[in-house]
Amino acid sequence: MTINKEMNGTELRVALNGKLDTTTAPQLEEELKPSLSGVTELVFDFEKLDYISSAGLRVLLSAQKKMSNAGSMKIVNVNEIISEIFEVTGFNEILTVE
Amino acid sequence: MSNNNEERLVSAYELETEANTDRLAEVSSFVEACLEEAGCGIKTRMQISVAVEEVFVNIASYAYASKSGKAKIKLEIYKAPSEAVITFCDSGKPYDPLAREDPDVSLSAEDRDIGGLGVYIVKKTMDEVSYEYINGQNVLKIKKAFTRTE
Repeated sequence: MTINKEMNGTELRVALNGKLDTTTAPQLEEELKPSLSGVTELVFDFEKLDYISSAGLRVLLSAQKKMSNAGSMKIVNVNEIISEIFEVTGFNEILTVE
Repeated sequence: MSNNNEERLVSAYELETEANTDRLAEVSSFVEACLEEAGCGIKTRMQISVAVEEVFVNIASYAYASKSGKAKIKLEIYKAPSEAVITFCDSGKPYDPLAREDPDVSLSAEDRDIGGLGVYIVKKTMDEVSYEYINGQNVLKIKKAFTRTE
């Protein structure tokens, strides 16, 4: 998986490419840790993300919890496969998916 | 459906590997390549791949505690109707992941605990999931029908 970060003022856009799974989720967690301070809007672009498993959901949940206090978070360009995972796990209710 | 399984069997594949999460890429590539060869479309292939990851990571995390051990993954493709059946075997301690209570997926982000979500995804996205402890082995089987794409 590759992670592309782009900062615009206080908006951080994180574009993921590949698979957010047990192997790559820690990588995203590490990338986010030092990046979120001062961020009021966190946007995940999933256009090139093929796949997400529970390990990826765990990282999204933790980011959501941080951003609930600091501003907002949303996920854009979600494919059908990932959308179904969000639905069955109730994540579509706790995340903002556009 | 199980009466004429021998006639329905199209192909069978097997992978034996260390039950360790650093083998996940090997397991995923194996499963995805077999399914692609069987003509399973991308959506179902990814759904199955997610389920396989969840089951394999579970085995890697719990079956052998801190020791190392093997996991065997058998993948069978059936026709009429097209179906993938994947069987995971390990010789670790008896553990039925399906016996765990389902997580409450209606809770808010603040109250959410992520535990148990992986197995829950498997139960929700696969057609059938079953567990047995036979001859000293944990045997977990998942089934998923698919539409053939040429």
